[in-house]
This record gives sequence, C-alpha cells and structure tokens, in this order.
Amino acid sequence: MIEVKSLSKRFGKFLVLNELNLHLRSGECIALIGPNGCGKTTLIKSILGMVVPTGGDILFQKKSILKDIEYRKKIGYMPQIGRYPENMTIGQIFDMVKSIRNVEYKLDEDLYHQFEIEKILHKTMNTLSGGTTQKVSAALAFLFDPEVLILDEPTAGLDPLSSEILKDKVLKEKAKGKLILITSHLLSELDDMVSEIIFMQEGEILFHQEVGVLTKETGMDRISKAIVHILKKR
Amino acid sequence: MRRILKYVIIDIIKNKIVVFYTILIALFAWSAFGLEDNASKGLLTLLNIILFVVPLFSVLFSTIYIYNSSEFVELLVSQPIKRNKIWNSLFAGLSISLSVSFLIGAGIPLLVYAEPRKALMMIVVGVFVTLIFISLAFFSSILSRDKARGIGYSILLWLYFALLFDGLVLFLMFQLNDYPIEKMMVMISALSPIDLSRILMLLELDVSAMLGYTGAIFKQFFGTSLGLVLTFFLLLLWIVVPYVISLRKFRVKDL
Amino acid sequence: MRIALAFIILLAVVGQSKAKTIRVGKDRPYKSIKSALEIAQKWDTVLVENGTYTEGNINIYKSIVFMGEGMPILDGSRKFEVLSIRANNVVVRGFKIQHSGYASLDDPGGIKVYNGDHVIIENNLLYDNFFGIYLQYCKNCIIKNNRVIAFGKEEQQIGNGIHCWKSDSLQIIGNKLTGNRDGIYFEFVTNSVIWRNIADKNIRYGLHFMFSNNDAYFTNCFRNNGAGVAVMFTKNITMMNNTFEENWGDSAYGLLLKEISDCYLGGNKFVNNTSAIFMDGTNRIRVEKNIISANGWGMKIQANCMDNVIEHNNFVGNTFDVSTNGSLTLNSFSENYWDKYEGYDLNKDNVGDVPYHPLSLYSVIVENTPSAMLLFRSFMITLLDKSEKVLPSLTPANFVDTRPLVQSIKL
Repeated sequence: MIEVKSLSKRFGKFLVLNELNLHLRSGECIALIGPNGCGKTTLIKSILGMVVPTGGDILFQKKSILKDIEYRKKIGYMPQIGRYPENMTIGQIFDMVKSIRNVEYKLDEDLYHQFEIEKILHKTMNTLSGGTTQKVSAALAFLFDPEVLILDEPTAGLDPLSSEILKDKVLKEKAKGKLILITSHLLSELDDMVSEIIFMQEGEILFHQEVGVLTKETGMDRISKAIVHILKKR
Repeated sequence: MRRILKYVIIDIIKNKIVVFYTILIALFAWSAFGLEDNASKGLLTLLNIILFVVPLFSVLFSTIYIYNSSEFVELLVSQPIKRNKIWNSLFAGLSISLSVSFLIGAGIPLLVYAEPRKALMMIVVGVFVTLIFISLAFFSSILSRDKARGIGYSILLWLYFALLFDGLVLFLMFQLNDYPIEKMMVMISALSPIDLSRILMLLELDVSAMLGYTGAIFKQFFGTSLGLVLTFFLLLLWIVVPYVISLRKFRVKDL
Repeated sequence: MRIALAFIILLAVVGQSKAKTIRVGKDRPYKSIKSALEIAQKWDTVLVENGTYTEGNINIYKSIVFMGEGMPILDGSRKFEVLSIRANNVVVRGFKIQHSGYASLDDPGGIKVYNGDHVIIENNLLYDNFFGIYLQYCKNCIIKNNRVIAFGKEEQQIGNGIHCWKSDSLQIIGNKLTGNRDGIYFEFVTNSVIWRNIADKNIRYGLHFMFSNNDAYFTNCFRNNGAGVAVMFTKNITMMNNTFEENWGDSAYGLLLKEISDCYLGGNKFVNNTSAIFMDGTNRIRVEKNIISANGWGMKIQANCMDNVIEHNNFVGNTFDVSTNGSLTLNSFSENYWDKYEGYDLNKDNVGDVPYHPLSLYSVIVENTPSAMLLFRSFMITLLDKSEKVLPSLTPANFVDTRPLVQSIKL
C-alpha cells in the first residue's frame, strides 16, 4: 500500500529522517513507536504531504505522492493536537472538509454519532476542550471511510469511554482490511489492536516486525515488555 | 477553491477589526470632504489617508491573519487539495474583504463628492495599494515561522515604503544635485508603490501643472496614456512579484 | 481781433463741411481702396463696403477716417504688410485684416503706424497676421476694442498682438489678444495706460514691458499665457485690479518682475498659476491687497530683491506661499492673511499673537533641488516641515510676518 524509499528529511542542520525504508501493507494495524523526537510525526507528515522530504520518495499504491494530491482522498488523518481555525464552528469545519472531499459514497458517521458531535455543531473551535477537539479530529478522520488511517497519539486526552469507542472503531476498520498506522506512547493500550510494530530511533528504523514474531522471540506476552526486552538486549 | 474562499471570507468578516477599519476609512473620507471647503482639497486629504492608513492596515492585518490561519492551513494541507489553492484562497479572501472595506469606506464618499474621473482613479489606486500591501504581507509572513518576527518584517516594509524610501530619495537628490537627475528620479520612484500611487494621483488632481519644471517632466512620463499603462503595469508587478515569491516558498513549506 | 476770431471759426466750420465721404465697393465708382485713398483729401472719410480687398500693401498718407462697413476684409496674401499708416490724425475702424506677410527682418504687421500722433485704431479684427497692430514713434494714440488672433506655435515664428516701440501717451483699451507671442508688448513706451484688455493663450507673455517707465495697467485679465505679465528693466509701473489666472507650465508665472523698482501692485487677483509672483532684482515695490490663491508658489522672491513691502494680502490654498533662493531677507511682510497660519489670537484684535514664517523647509529644498518636487505630499516632507516649524534651523529666521492676520481680508 505505502512504500517509503530511502526517505530523508533535514530541518536545517538537524537530520530528522535518515534514509528510511518501509513497506506498509493493507489489512495491518501498525504501531509506530519510539522515543520523543525520533521522527515519528515527521514521517507521518511526510506521508501526508505536509512535510516536503529532502530526499527519497514515498509511493502510495505504487505512485509517488510528491506531485500528487489525489491519494489523500484515501487517507484519514487524526493529528496529535488538532489545530483548527478558531473562529469556525464544528459544523463549518465538517461542512468545509466535506465540500473539499466532495465524495459521493455513503459517509461513515459511526464516530460522529457515538461522540455526539451533532449536539455541539454550533460551538466554535476555540471554546472546545482538548478532549472534544480530539473527538472532532477522530470523527473527521474516519468520516470518509478511507483505505488508510493515520492516527497520531489518538487516545491522548480522550476520556476512557471515548478511548474505548475509538479502539473498537479501529478494530472494526482493521477487520475490513484497511491499513492503520498508529503512533502512541501508551504501549499498553496497543496490545489488542496492532499486528505490526515499527520502532524508530534518531531518524532510523530500529526494527519492523509482526507482533506475533516479536512476542514469540522474546517470550513476553505483552508488547511493552517485549520491546523493553529487546532494547535491553541491544 | 471557491469553497475554501467562502470560509475565509466568512472568517474575516466575523473579525470585527475589518468592520472597524471600514468605519474608520469612512469617517476619514466623509470628514475630509466635509471639513475642506472644496472637493479637490478633500481629495488631497483623502490621498494622504489612503497612502498612510491603507498600506499600514492592509499589511498588518493581513500578516496577523495569515499567522492566525496556520491551523486552517494545516487542516487543509492534509486534505486532497493543492497548496496553491489554499494560499490563493487566503490571498483572494483578504483581497476581496479589504477591497470591499475600502470601496465602502472611501468609495461612496468619493463618488458623492469628487468628479467621477478623479474619484474612479482614486478608488483604483486605493484598491491597488490595498492589494500590494496584502501581497507584501504574504511575503513577510512566509519569511519566518515566528509571528512576532513576521509582524516586525511587515512594519519594517511599511516604514520603508512610507518614510525611509522617500528619505533615501531625498538624500540621493541632495548628493546628485548638480546632475540632471529628474528622469532618473522618475525611474527610481517606480521602486516604491506608495510613491508611484502618489504621483499618479497628483497628476490626476492636476496639481502637477503647478509643480513647474519637474512637474512638466512627470507629466511627460506619467501623463501620457503609455505612461499610465506602464505605471499600472508596475503597480501590478508590485502585487504579483511578492505574492508569487511567497507562493513558491509556501509550496515547499513544512507544516 | 473779434472779427479775426470769427473768421477763423467760420473757416474751420466751412473747412469741415468741405470734408466728404468716399465710398469704396464693387458697385461704386471706386472699386479699389487704393484708388479712393489717392483722391481723398485731408479730413475726408473713406468708407469701405463689405467684401474682400487683396491690394497688397495699403498706405495712408493723409489724416482721414478710414472705415469699414460690415467688416470688409483686407488681405495681405501672406506677403505684404496689410495697412501702413504714415500720417497723424488717422482713424481706422471696422476692418478684418488678415494674412500679413511673415518675415523676421522688417516685422510686417496687420496695421503698422509710423510716427503717428493722435491715431485711433478701433473695432478691428486682426486675424492670422505676423504682428497684429504695430506702433513705432507714436504719440497720443488710442488702440481700442480690437481683437487680435494669431496661431503661433513657437516664439520665433510669430509676432506680438499689439507691439509698441518708442512711443508715448498711448491708450490700449478693451482689446482681446489670443495666440500671439506677447499679447501686448511695450518697449521704450512711457506715460501710457492699458485698461480692460484680455490676453489669453499667448505663447510668451500676456503683457510685456521692457524699458518702459511711468505706465499703468488696470483691470486686465491674463489667462493661460506662457506667463501673465512680465515687467522688466522698468520703473514706476502701477498695476491694479488685474486678474492673473491659469498661467501654467514649465517656468510659468502670473507676474514676472525683473530688474524693476518703485512700482505699485495692488488689488490684483492671482489664481491657479504655477508661480503667482516672481520677483528678481525687484526693489521698493509695494504689494498690497492682492488675493493670491491656489497657486503652486504664491511669491518667489529672489535674494537680490530689496525693500519691498508686502502687506494686507490674502494667501490662500497655495502649495507654497513664499519661497526664496537665499538666506538674506530685506523685504518686509506685515498683516497678511495666511491660511496655513496655525497661531492664536488671545486679545481678539485679529492679529495673531505668534509670528508666522511663510517659508516652509520644503520650499527651500525644492528651490535648491527642483527634483525634490517628486516627493510632494509624501510623509517624509510633511514630517520635515512640521519639525522645522517646531525647531526652525534651516529657514531664514527673519523671513517672517510679525503681525499675521487670523481672518482673511475682504477684498
């Protein structure tokens, strides 16, 4: 689905991504983890076209994304901290994004209803709490039933109930054979969702492995423990 | 692009500062014509306002607005939409709102009080000045990610064109006093959109005829239809060039 | 003695009754003007009927009345001086005189008067001639209600409307002069008066004095000439109640005063000129009760002017009220009204309590650096002017009206 080919990104003197190679397949739920500042968000933003890479290429369904925008129709993105125009209401944001995407098929309004967004449509974005903003971001990401979902720290700031709703939704979409890319610090909550793990460090990929292989090799039953085990071994 | 434009304009109009700006301009314009005993004096007063307030407000408001739209831009960039369109919508939104503000504020009293030809010229010049300084705002806000610094650049640009440039020209004139520099000075004035607009307007107000020898040279250059076309072309360049530079930078900007 | 007197009167009356009228026209015995002039006697009237007469140069050697009926046309075929008057006591009235020769050596004109005394030229139309009416060595002549139109493009290729040279006691009244080099030109002309003329669109000056002392011009209008009036190398000229307007352009003035002294300039109106009054080498002139409004420069006073008194004038809406090219000021300003004055009048005597400095810094800059005009009405300049007003440093301190009026004078 998505291929990353020797991707590099440099911010001034600082090399954030160093010749990264990745292959992300459909039907997988991949956790992108690593310490702060390892380049996770930059990688995601590169895939989304928000960051222009210094070198290398990204292929989406075998087509380079560098000159293309259409592929973004197939991606739903939930940012780490959703930043929205302050004076716009939630309703306007939904209207605008809908009019930009302009899709004809049926929208996936599961989260929209479950988070009860229709009740707060008139509120402007600057009056929302962090959690509500995350709900808006999540609802927007899933709304267009995309083939790829990129969730950057999805559960940060969400209350436990909403967090569960989101996890269920992720599992549901995974079952439909979609590619889901999640970054998270909370390794514990990834256990039942993810099928592959990518661990990044200082702009490079430390390892990229299936969860089953990982737990078997390390003999640990939980992802968090398995990773700690690997890191210690090195 | 039209879809985004709609939201940009709604957002700007919601901002009460634009309404305040419209009222301010209207207040200036009506009082300029009301207090001066004849329309041409009122026009001159209004000209000063146009060349002072309009650039300052346009460049400052636009710069702040562009920085405040960073979330909006971020939201849109992850959507299937070209970056050009996002930036163009912002530019068009700002241009339309501020031009309409100017047209309402200054245009109506101008059409009421001044001769149609002069009024029209003043309106056109005012809109050009508005667009030029919006374009400069795009230029200065793409230079830095830091809002405070971007606003600083804007104020510096305004200060340069409103005051410093004229100071430099004056200095140059003093230095080169012994040479026939009139024609050269006409060329140099093209380097400042404010000066260009001012001279264009003064010619239309016919004060040029009173300016003696130098006035005659202005008239020779700017007064002909070719000069007029050339002047407007230069003004157009002042809109296009800073904006296109900012657009090129925006296309490869990391968000 | 009484008988002798009675005889003289009788003789005079009889003599007058002898004067006859000779008609010229295509149905008359005298078909040509020249033939009529030949037989005409002193005091006769030659009456020319409507028609076009192309007879080359027509000379009048006798004291006659030469009169047109229905504006007959005298045409010079662009070769000749049309009408030459070489006698005293001649009246020329009611002709359209056109197409004189064009030459620069002998200055051919529509009407030329040689050494005439008591010649009257009135109600003529002079159309497209080199010079219009030309007087030399004349005395006591009246030029009245003539219209002089020419179509000059350049100074060298056209003469003056009414040109007077080495003459005395002339009256130039109610003429209208358009498109000449100078509308009216005086050189070595004394004790003469110019009244109620209109000079417009003349290439050089509306009215031009050279070396002509003791003259006066009243109630004339000078509009849209290269310069309205130029008074040069002259003394004792009285200039009153004239209007100078729209004399626009490169080095254009309403009134240009050069090397003159002891003149009076009062009650005139200067509107919309590039420079209303330009004074160069001008001494002991009294400038009072003039309206000077909406000009580029109100007064340009060169540093070589002395002892001029400028009082009770209204300066309104000029770009610059006054400018000068030096730092020395030997002229006095008093009790003028300046619309740019921003002082106050606490004791309500209509005289401002703070002196007014009519010379702005910008006018000094422009005087030295004309191209600084480019910055007209820019903030830079406004700022400079304001700061100079607060802390005068570059403008001469004695260039001042110590008693500026706070209200304009009713003129």
